[in-house]
Amino acid sequence: MFHKEKSIQLKNSASALYNNLSVLRIAPRRLTYFTVVHANVVNMVSTSWDGLNYSHRQLQSKEPNVATSTSLIMQAAFCALPSRDLLVVSSQKGIQMYESDGSIMVYWHALDTPEAPTAHAVFARGISAVSDNYICVGVSSGAVLVFDVPSKGSNITLSEVLEEHKEAITDIASECSGSQEFLANLVTADDGGNLCVWKSGEEFQLLNKIPGLDMTCSSVKLWKGTVLAGYGTGQIRLYEAVTGILHAEVNAHARWIYSLDIAPFSGLLLSAAEDSFVRVWHLSITPETNSVEIAHLHNECVTDTQICGAKFCDGDGYAFAVTGYDLSEIIRYVQS
Amino acid sequence: MSTRTLPLLFINLGGEMLYILDQRLRAQNIPADKAKKVSTVPAWIEEDRKRVMNDIITTMFNKKFLEELFKPQELYSKKALRTVFDRLAHASIMRLNQASMDKLYDLMTMAFKYQVLLCPRPKDILLVSLNHMDAIKDFVKDTPSILSQVDETYQQLIEMYTPLSNGEFQLMRQTLLIFFQDMHIRVSIFLKDKVQNSNGRFVLPTNGPVPRGTQIPGMIRIFSCSGEELTRLQFNNGGNYSSALREGSFEMFGNRVTKLGTNMYSVSRPVETHMSGTSKSSAQHTKVNAAPNPLAKEELNLLARLMGGLEVQKPGSADTGFRVNLFATDEEEEEALISRPNELSYGVVSIQATKDQQANAELTKIMGEFTESGDPSSSASSKGDDLLAMMDGL
Repeated sequence: MFHKEKSIQLKNSASALYNNLSVLRIAPRRLTYFTVVHANVVNMVSTSWDGLNYSHRQLQSKEPNVATSTSLIMQAAFCALPSRDLLVVSSQKGIQMYESDGSIMVYWHALDTPEAPTAHAVFARGISAVSDNYICVGVSSGAVLVFDVPSKGSNITLSEVLEEHKEAITDIASECSGSQEFLANLVTADDGGNLCVWKSGEEFQLLNKIPGLDMTCSSVKLWKGTVLAGYGTGQIRLYEAVTGILHAEVNAHARWIYSLDIAPFSGLLLSAAEDSFVRVWHLSITPETNSVEIAHLHNECVTDTQICGAKFCDGDGYAFAVTGYDLSEIIRYVQS
Repeated sequence: MSTRTLPLLFINLGGEMLYILDQRLRAQNIPADKAKKVSTVPAWIEEDRKRVMNDIITTMFNKKFLEELFKPQELYSKKALRTVFDRLAHASIMRLNQASMDKLYDLMTMAFKYQVLLCPRPKDILLVSLNHMDAIKDFVKDTPSILSQVDETYQQLIEMYTPLSNGEFQLMRQTLLIFFQDMHIRVSIFLKDKVQNSNGRFVLPTNGPVPRGTQIPGMIRIFSCSGEELTRLQFNNGGNYSSALREGSFEMFGNRVTKLGTNMYSVSRPVETHMSGTSKSSAQHTKVNAAPNPLAKEELNLLARLMGGLEVQKPGSADTGFRVNLFATDEEEEEALISRPNELSYGVVSIQATKDQQANAELTKIMGEFTESGDPSSSASSKGDDLLAMMDGL
């Protein structure tokens, strides 16, 4: 169903972090950007669709006014808003937002870091754009920071802080079907596996809380009103966002899941874990009849690699890319 | 990232170091009556071996040192940690040349990297640590004073780590994996056992028992809105998994179940590393710990505590030094030092005795004791940074 294509070489290897791959497709310029985090560096590769041109850039997470201070990055993700695309980098020190090519930093938000290290680590993790003008970023305290992003310029402001989670945020996702019919358009997940479902707005509204069973939800997606959640036990669960009804449970992987992705136009689901496997599934959701179907389509084994990132390269799921711990390449697969 | 990782790193690496030293000391053991036939590497009688192990373990579990270790803090840089272990390895009458120390550290780090990677669940790292603790306890079982230190450390470990959540353990694991990033040194015993490939990467099997709490992959269950199961589908998981083993014990005593962290060396399975062929894979050497000063303030505190806790050992007088060689022959050891690729050098920070006698009288005394004429490892006190100056400069 899929075959391996030429890999993209990286300047350094991927770190073992959840959701450690982000992809941005820029159709007008026939380019695709990839970002992979290595400790305190974001590796960016820009590839032309004809496969002939590659260019690399590295971003370091540094506080703009402190020359020597660097910190470990937890996640780097592209946020596509109707008016602009931004690259958001979340680290131990704070949150940075760049133009999508990484050329200019447009915003910096510092986290409250204590003077001396405390037992609970402080960091930002979990990044998603939601509706037309918001970007949400999670924090280790469980808070979710909501940033209001104007259509251009650097006048980004912190609009709200959502305080519902008690454990560190792991991942955040927004409704990606493109349809406005769904009430909920944001889901946030934490270290305890708890999921919160929200409706965005000037004031975000909490619609539902789905309790975790003390097992981390490391990656989450929201599609057609359904939460797709990947857990440390290797399970994937599908919940109806607003009601919390469990539609499906999949014993998908033999180790901790690190990444989930969905191709919104085709309903293809990608899951990747420490067990070296990337699996492709097909989802079929009919909100009217409340029916959910999930079928397994394909396996890829990346030998001797703990996978930390897997993303579709396009909305149909025609191609996907994978990163692994200690691997200095982005492996690509294309439908046969 | 996680501020609770240093104790695990130290105890596990320390444990591996003890396994290796114990094996080498036994391998270099010659029966007492043959002791008169000396080569450049002298005979180690059982008494000396036990003494070395006791001395190192006493230093490792020094109360003040552990207090510092268990405080919440970021992980040390590779350089700083290597310096700590250098000191630890020399906390006894034993002497190691630079090449042997390098090799020792390579083995220790690759072994723990392997254990961290292969842990089925992040919290199994605690079981690995307990395996190391169990072995350390066994090394000192005849010495009650040290035994009580070890027991106290068990308590601290268990108290600190057992209440943590799975997510917090995974964060610690991710922090450790950043520390070990891009290390692909080939270890003979791993290559022989086929747990490491010739390119230095570890084998991650897609078979065997699943972790506790995980189901064997293969089942899809669809539910109705009222919660009843509508359909059950099977899929091919591409591997060959079996049910989880029983839970290991997280208490002071008990069967840990996992073999990770137990002693894999024995006299008949010598330790070796291959340095050739690793330069390619280490080309992408991480630049993470490129801090201007390899020993930040906190790290110096720990180091100072370690130095303060050292019992001064007088090297043997008549014999030509109690040197331990991690290689088969002296020639091999020399060759290894010369041919070690630059990017794999640890850049150990050399510490010089300070001018402020009062503040560092102990330090000076210890440094003085370390210096032996003709001992190559005395390079530690002959060049490098001034400890106090470094602290002032921070």
